[in-house]
Amino acid sequence: MSETLSTSARPTATPPPPPPGASSRSLAIARLRDLALVPAIIAVAIVGSIVSPVFLSTDNIINVLQSMSEIAIVVLAQTIVLITGKMDLSLESTFGLAPGIAAWLVVDPALTRGLGLDLLPDAWAVPVVLLVGALVGAFNGLLIVRFGLNGFIVTLGMLIVLRGLLTGISGGQTFFMLPESMTYLGSATWAGVPASIWLSLLLFAVGIVVLGYTRAGRALYAIGGNADAARAAGIRTDRVLWMALIVASVLAALAGLLISGRLAAVPSAQGSGAIFQVFAAAVIGGVSLNGGRGSVFGAFTGVLLLFMIINVLTLAGVPAQWTNFLNGTVILVALVVSRITGGKAQT
Amino acid sequence: MSVIPQGPTDGLAGADQPVVEAVHITKRFGSTVALADAGIVVRRGETHALVGRNGAGKSTLVSILTGLQAADNGAVAFDGRPAPPLGDRDGWRRRVACVYQKSTIIGALTVAENLFLNRHARSRAGFICWSRLRREAEQLLAAWSVEVDVRQPASTLSVEQRQFVEIARALSFGARFIILDEPTAQLDGAGINRLFQRIRELRAQGVTFLFISHHLQEIYEICDQVTVFRDARHIVTAPVAQLSRSALVAAMTGEDVTLPEADHRRLTVDAPVLLSVRDLVTVSGAELSFEARAGEVVGIAGGGGSGKVEAAEAIVGLARRAGGTVVVDGRTLRPGSVPDALDAGVGLVPQDRHREGLVPLLSIAENVTMTVPRRIGRRGLISPARRDALARDTIADLAIKAAGPQVPVSDLSGGNQQKVVMGRALASDPKVLVLITPTAGVDVRSKQTLLGVVEEVRRRGTSVLVVSDELDDLRICDRVLVMFQGRVVREMPHGWSDNDLVAAMEGVDLHHV
Repeated sequence: MSETLSTSARPTATPPPPPPGASSRSLAIARLRDLALVPAIIAVAIVGSIVSPVFLSTDNIINVLQSMSEIAIVVLAQTIVLITGKMDLSLESTFGLAPGIAAWLVVDPALTRGLGLDLLPDAWAVPVVLLVGALVGAFNGLLIVRFGLNGFIVTLGMLIVLRGLLTGISGGQTFFMLPESMTYLGSATWAGVPASIWLSLLLFAVGIVVLGYTRAGRALYAIGGNADAARAAGIRTDRVLWMALIVASVLAALAGLLISGRLAAVPSAQGSGAIFQVFAAAVIGGVSLNGGRGSVFGAFTGVLLLFMIINVLTLAGVPAQWTNFLNGTVILVALVVSRITGGKAQT
Repeated sequence: MSVIPQGPTDGLAGADQPVVEAVHITKRFGSTVALADAGIVVRRGETHALVGRNGAGKSTLVSILTGLQAADNGAVAFDGRPAPPLGDRDGWRRRVACVYQKSTIIGALTVAENLFLNRHARSRAGFICWSRLRREAEQLLAAWSVEVDVRQPASTLSVEQRQFVEIARALSFGARFIILDEPTAQLDGAGINRLFQRIRELRAQGVTFLFISHHLQEIYEICDQVTVFRDARHIVTAPVAQLSRSALVAAMTGEDVTLPEADHRRLTVDAPVLLSVRDLVTVSGAELSFEARAGEVVGIAGGGGSGKVEAAEAIVGLARRAGGTVVVDGRTLRPGSVPDALDAGVGLVPQDRHREGLVPLLSIAENVTMTVPRRIGRRGLISPARRDALARDTIADLAIKAAGPQVPVSDLSGGNQQKVVMGRALASDPKVLVLITPTAGVDVRSKQTLLGVVEEVRRRGTSVLVVSDELDDLRICDRVLVMFQGRVVREMPHGWSDNDLVAAMEGVDLHHV
């Protein structure tokens, strides 16, 4: 579009001003903000290796990466939505419902004491998971974008509805005897590393490129920063928002598929309560709840920091009853740490 | 999309055609008629002023001229050709651009990205090429002599730089007709001068401006033609030089308006000192000392960086202070405490009514009585009847145009909102009234009312502090302290000349140059 821009830059005789000297510094600071959590991550790694020599072993690192891979994908999804200035609470229910519906449709009730319908062949399971994600996102978009309802309340309602739907179809029980097509991604290892790690890293890499280097990705920032200005710049804000919600739900569905595959089951509470951790990770990673600010890489460092601290606590032998207390504390401490190292208040 | 200028710059093709011609424009919103058979003709190369009181239809005309709304009736033509259909955003942007009061710059993104939002330079694979984008942004800004680092986040730009960036962006689409919607509202004197300099340069390069402002002085300074709207109608279009200031105001208001001035009565020397500010030092180092007697109006003037607003906010407790004391009627105020200041009898009109002055969704009554719960309460409960009675008085006293005390403040026009803020300040019958830029962004009639109210309260024996850089506000003062870079540089008694005061605010001494 703008290839011919330089030709329009002709009207004055004034020579261009010398490049201002402060520019490289401000650029460096902008980049640093992305890396704000890196010192904290290094610090936790050092503490971890003091607490337990196992911490830095390959097995433990893979363990940390695998335990965070599914939630990390949901964080990526939430980051996309947050940058547009909206939020999607229903992701945690989509995380459970999408594989739940797929299992419900393909599992043979004869083998599972009456659970499931066995309506579709096994090969349909994965497409169904993704389709459910897309439909949930499209419905969220219908209510938020088309009808202009408040995104927080809409997705809160959806969170409850979708959770209830999963409980309803499963009778509150756990789907098991999943077909191999559903368990493959969550349980396979590629080149000695679990496929779910590869997949989550790959999705983050794609996220970094899309949000940093495509017009669609930059449109998310523009909408979150100032929707009127984005519209004035010719961005189809409604369409972009709708797409963001759909992509986020599909990612959450995919993440749900991964964890179902890893556990070879879909419990009716899968993902329940996870949204708080997702929000915490995104905000710790520098994503603003007000929209327009934050990066995919930052979100990744946020999840990584959160799960490393949890891992260190586990290695230190903290009793399981205290896990929730510590999880909450970790979120608060990580926020404080990122505030100190990032130098900017998280909002 | 090509952004090569679409002809107009060379001024050959269709040079005799007006840049924009809107005729017989009618626009209704529900039962409200926003424009009734109105129109405007702007010729190439001129700077055309559009003036009118709040609600005269200026904003509606702008949104029709920029293709954001369709007129119910009438036609818009650019360079003699009919305007493109509303859906053709690029078509509109090649012909006209508007720099709104409300910024369309996205603070979290860099300047470069703001310039090329949604038209980023891309590689063949479709990925954004950031280095080329930055280069193009630098070339664009250099071409229009805007000296801004394109890599900084746009939130770090000053208001003035932001406007220049928005103007450059508009020009990069090929538009050579630019609407400036109250561009000077948030600028200080020096910034306004630089903006005007820029407008003159661009005009010399063939850019046509439509300039909207409440400040008539600016229109005489920068504009060639002026069009006046009143009550949704076109009233007059004339060369600025042929329309006197009073005729212009008369056209805007439909009647003669004179702004109040301080009367030359001697202050009784034995009037008690109500406000005494001693050795006040603000957090950023501005210093101020003065006393104000009962019935005296003291002005504090100064440009953007003079520290006048900061000093005023430190006096009333909105901002912390680094040193000094403030005494109101014998009582020393606790630093940084607004409740203490209110309790001591200070009434305040803060600088930004949207941020500090009003709760837009609440009613006029609730806003006006916000600072005086005790006057409208009975045994700790608020009495709606007393509250509404008090609000009705305010509505009548300040001539607020509203159906009643229950109307939400967000439904009012800017001038009437400011009157509500003034009403709130007066609700407590203050001993000391502090007004920070009390008439910013309000129309002439509202300005007259607001300043008239000041005259009235001073007669009742209130000390008034007017903090402003607007000459009309300062004219009601008995004396004006001029601040420059954090120091009081001059004290001018009533009767100063405009030139002297402006020069002092800019740090220039006309008599010693």
